[in-house]
This record gives sequence, C-alpha cells and structure tokens, in this order.
Amino acid sequence: MSIKTKQELVQGLFTASPSNFIALREQGKEIFLSQGLPSQKSEEYRFTPIAKKLEQAITRFFPASPLSLSKEQVQNALLDGFEGDVLVFSNGYYHPEFSNQIEGMEVSILSEKPNTPIGSIAKPEKDPFLSLNQATFSDGIFISIPSKFICKKPILLLNFHQELDGQVISPRIWIEVGDFSEVTFVEQGCSLGSSPYFVNKVIEIQGGVQSQISYHRIQHEGNQVIEVSQLETDIQRGAQFTSFYLSLSGDLIRNNLSLHLKGSNSVGNMYGISLLQGKSLVDHHTYVDHKEPHAESNELYKGIFGDYSRGVFNGKILVRKDAQKTNAFQQNNNVLLSEDALINTKPQLEIWADDVKCSHGCTVGQLDEEALFYLQARGIEKTTARGLLLFAFIAEVVDKIQIESLQKYIITLIQERLGSKFRT
Amino acid sequence: MLSIKNLHASIEGTPILKGINLQVNPGEVHAIMGPNGSGKSTLASVLAGREEYEVTQGEVIFQGKELLELSPEDRAREGVFLAFQYPIEIPGVSTTNFLRTALNQIREYRGQEPLDAVKFLSLMKEKMALVEIDQKLLSRSLNEGFSGGEKKRNEIFQMAMLEPKLSILDETDSGLDIDALRIVSNGVNKLKSPSTATIVVTHYQRLLDYIVPDVVHVLYQGRIVKSGSKELALELEQKGYDWIKEEVDTAKATA
Repeated sequence: MSIKTKQELVQGLFTASPSNFIALREQGKEIFLSQGLPSQKSEEYRFTPIAKKLEQAITRFFPASPLSLSKEQVQNALLDGFEGDVLVFSNGYYHPEFSNQIEGMEVSILSEKPNTPIGSIAKPEKDPFLSLNQATFSDGIFISIPSKFICKKPILLLNFHQELDGQVISPRIWIEVGDFSEVTFVEQGCSLGSSPYFVNKVIEIQGGVQSQISYHRIQHEGNQVIEVSQLETDIQRGAQFTSFYLSLSGDLIRNNLSLHLKGSNSVGNMYGISLLQGKSLVDHHTYVDHKEPHAESNELYKGIFGDYSRGVFNGKILVRKDAQKTNAFQQNNNVLLSEDALINTKPQLEIWADDVKCSHGCTVGQLDEEALFYLQARGIEKTTARGLLLFAFIAEVVDKIQIESLQKYIITLIQERLGSKFRT
Repeated sequence: MLSIKNLHASIEGTPILKGINLQVNPGEVHAIMGPNGSGKSTLASVLAGREEYEVTQGEVIFQGKELLELSPEDRAREGVFLAFQYPIEIPGVSTTNFLRTALNQIREYRGQEPLDAVKFLSLMKEKMALVEIDQKLLSRSLNEGFSGGEKKRNEIFQMAMLEPKLSILDETDSGLDIDALRIVSNGVNKLKSPSTATIVVTHYQRLLDYIVPDVVHVLYQGRIVKSGSKELALELEQKGYDWIKEEVDTAKATA
C-alpha cells in the first residue's frame, strides 16, 4: 500500500473518530504513521497479504456507525439452545437496549470509563493494527467482574456487522476479572450485508489471582469479512485462561492471540479449529509468555483446508529465565483436502530457563483414502464417511469445550460444514 | 445370487484378473485358494468396489443387479460384505458409533426405520456373544491398538451386525492363533443360512476345517484353473500348488 493511501486511511478514520481518549488516540496515530500497514516483507505477515487485500476490497476509509437493530434480528442471531446472558453490539457499538443486565458485574461503554488503561496489555507499538485501533476505535465496552464472583452462565458477545461505503469497524473491549472469579465468554459475529468489510478488533483481558476465564470465538460471518483481531490477556498467580477459536469462513482473518502468564502456577490453554473452503484464509498467530515458575501452557490447533483455502499457524512460546519448571506444549495438525489448499505452520520456541518441559509438533496430511473405503464398504455414504473421519480428526479439540450447551452448538456448526450428522 | 462372467481387472495398467467366471448360489460356501499373487485379494477388492482397480472387461450380477455399476456403499447396502485382510485403524471413531451410522444408513436404503439407541444396543449385545467380543473394545476407537485377532473378530462382529447376503472373507485366517480361528469360524458358521452365501479367500486349508466349503476354486494367474469339492483343498494342503501350476503350464504349452 502506498504512503498516500496509508495517510488517507488514518486521516479519514481519525478525523471522524469519537472525541474521547484523545491522548491515547494521538499516541496510536503517531505510532501507526511510523509503522504503516505491514507489507508481505514483514515477517509477521509473510503469508497474509492484508495490505493488498484492504487496498483491493475497500476504497474509502471511515469509521463505521452503529446500526439500527430490531429485536427480531437479535433473536434470530441467537445461538440455538444458548443458555446465557447476551450483550449486543453493532459495528463495535454497544446496544444496552438489547442486552441483558448481568447482576453483580459492571458493563459500561468505554467513554464512560476514561481512566481505563487501554493499551496497557495490548501495547500499540507491537502491531500496526493495534496502533490503528487505538487511534480510531469506536466506543467500545468495559466489563468489570468483581472478586470472588462465579458467573455460571456464559456471556455472549453478539456483534452485528454491516459495512457501507468503506467503513472500518474498530471494536475495543476491555475486560477485568477480579481475584478468584470465574467467567466464560462467547463471541460471535453476524453479518447483515454481503459487501466486504474490515473489522479491526482489540480485546484486552486482565485476570486476577486464581481467576478462571475462558473466551470462545466463533468466526462464521461469511466470505466477505476481512478481520484482524488482537486478543491479549494478562493473568496472575494461579489463574487459568482458556481460549477457543472456531474459524469457518472469512475472506482474510488474522487472529493475534497473546497470553502473558504473569504469576506462578498459572495455566494457559489455547485451542483452535479451522475448517475452511473456497478462498478463505485464516491466520492464527499465538504467543505465550512464561514469566514466572511452575506455570503451564497447552496449545492445540487443528485445521482442515479444502478448495483454495489457506491456513497460517505461527505459535511462539517464550520461557523467561525465571520461569523454571514451566510445562509448555504446542501442537498443530492439519489436513489438506485439495491440491490447491495450503498451510504454513511454524512453531517458535524461545527458552531461557534451564529446567523446563517444552514440546511442539506440527503435521500436515491428507484424508486417509483407505479409511474412507473401509467406512464405505460398511454402507456409509461417502460424504458421511468423510465427515466422520474429519470430525474424528478434530474431536480432540471439540472435547476441550467445557460448557455442554456450547459444545453441542459448536458440534452442530461443524457438522453443518462437514455436510453430515454423525454424533448425537 | 452372484454371477461373475469373464471378469478382467487391472491395477495401474497391470492386468491381475484375466477372465474370472464364478457362480455362487444361496446357501453355498465357496473357497478361493491359490498361490501368492494369483489375484485372490484383487477379486475380493473388485467385488467390494475398491477404486484402485479398473475393471476392463466382464460383468458381475448380484441378485439381478449390475454390481460393478454401484458405489462401494451401495454394494454394502445391497448386501455385500467384505471382511478385510487388514482391517483399518480409525482413531477417534468408536466401533459403536460407526456401526450405528452404517446400520442406519443401510436400513434407510432398504426403506426401514432407523434403530434407536436402545434397540441398537440390544442388537449389539446379541451379536457380541457370537464372536465373544468385549463391549469395552467396541467403545474404543475402531481397531486402534487392537491385536490381530481382535481386529478379525471385529470384522466378523460387523458382519453379524450388518447381516449381509454375500460375505467375502479375505484371508480372515491370516494372523490368527488357533483359539481366535475357532471363535471367528464359529461366528461365520452361526451366521450361515440357506439364503446367504460366503466366499472364503484363503491361502491355507486350515480355515476350511472350520468353515467347510461346498466348492473349492483354485485361482492362478488371474483365472480359476480348477474347481472341486472340499477334498481339493486337502489335496492342495498335501501337495502344494506346484502340480496345479504344472498342469496349467503344460496345457498352455500344448495349446
């Protein structure tokens, strides 16, 4: 992307951005202008031509406005059989009128909380999309969960997106979870149009001592979406953070996931399933930072790629000098269903402590034709047989979902994609 | 029930079957024997619909239908069952789940109602006893980590569950000790009925002590060169295959 476009991008976005968090926005703008959008020469974006994609798909850049939603739209978008509280957003703006009041926790729009230390977890200098979001975010959301608060039902963040005239959707989410508290989030997008749009999202989560946080993201908005997101979490001693990504569609999706294990005995789990077809590209960049001893991280990503789809997995584990007795595991397994599908997978381990257990592995394979024939020879139709085998491949990741109703829903989505029903 | 006429098949351009003729009637057990590389397993695979094999000539009529026109799954649904020589291990798919899917798809094809979980389980219990297979084994991933004997027993268990009309046992005796051989054969014998037929593909006569054939065929160089009663198998056991090879080669030379 040319320098001119880069300037225009920020100018257009910046002049129309909300007039709050002025200093932070100025800082973000300055950093972004010095960084620019990443070209493919940038190591972190080598396989993900985001700048080119934006240039092609979107001609003008303005901050998106909130949509006027109807109760019906919200109802229709709700997960079948979902049991939990719902917070509704459109183009990054919160809609309290459609959202549940959740007793015991604070949910506010960000501009009402001007002292929120946004950018302190997801630092703007790390990635141009972070600085861009910091400069231009719409009025996002602030969620605060007090100490010793057990939230039994999951909280659904339901995002409606619709792009008009090259608007850029820039949601910002801040979540703080008090000591000893437990909470589960599910985030799902819902597209109201069919023209391409760009979402540049940042989620920051602060987890207190012995808190338990899980965050699920379901990405199935359609193939018109270009999305870059940053989910970045700090957790303290004895805390546990679990993320789960189900990526089913998208023109180009880049998921940056960073986890800082800031206390001893903390646990980080990062799970992901990509099930792609058409020309979708989904890029998972994960980063775990082991700062303190006796912490553990488990990472398991599986991908199935058909047609011309592409996947990128880049998993970095950093074990600092003080992080003795660290257990860190990482696994990325992939199945390519067509000659034209592609996966670039790269583990990166950087270990400075000398008493740790770390392992990583990645595999790329194809569907086992012998197994397929075996199932067919027992009377199982080919599509079902394929689905059965592919589901078996990812079942290990699906089994990590703790909430039964959510797991059921995710299985339904996967089975729809695989074109068959085989697990009841 | 099954009528094979002048069947030719090749793999990657190499002809393996060179004119097989075979007639199998309901209630019959046919043994197909022959030296290594004669085409025994190819015949079994072609009948089950394995894609690597190309049928270049001939026809196979199964209960009035052109078998070779059907997909592998439709052959199974019509009642053909192949017990694999090397059953495949499928991690993540339990035998129970897989069989329920298979059985209900077969039932749907035949216009029958699907079996609910309760009926399916009671059917399973009944058939498990036939091959002395443990339920624990069936809740595990299909064939994963099973011993050779367990895999073969699982094949016969699947056969019992799916109730085929024509069962093709491809070297089911290979890798079995005497006890497993007895269990597997017992299972097969109990499943025999006047309306079903069995083709036993084997290298050795041993299995035929347990599963007694009505007809024994010798396959050599892609053709059935000799057919006879069960005594033919005993003769082969004693004399080996050389005398048959000689007979065929002499016949060729004089021709």
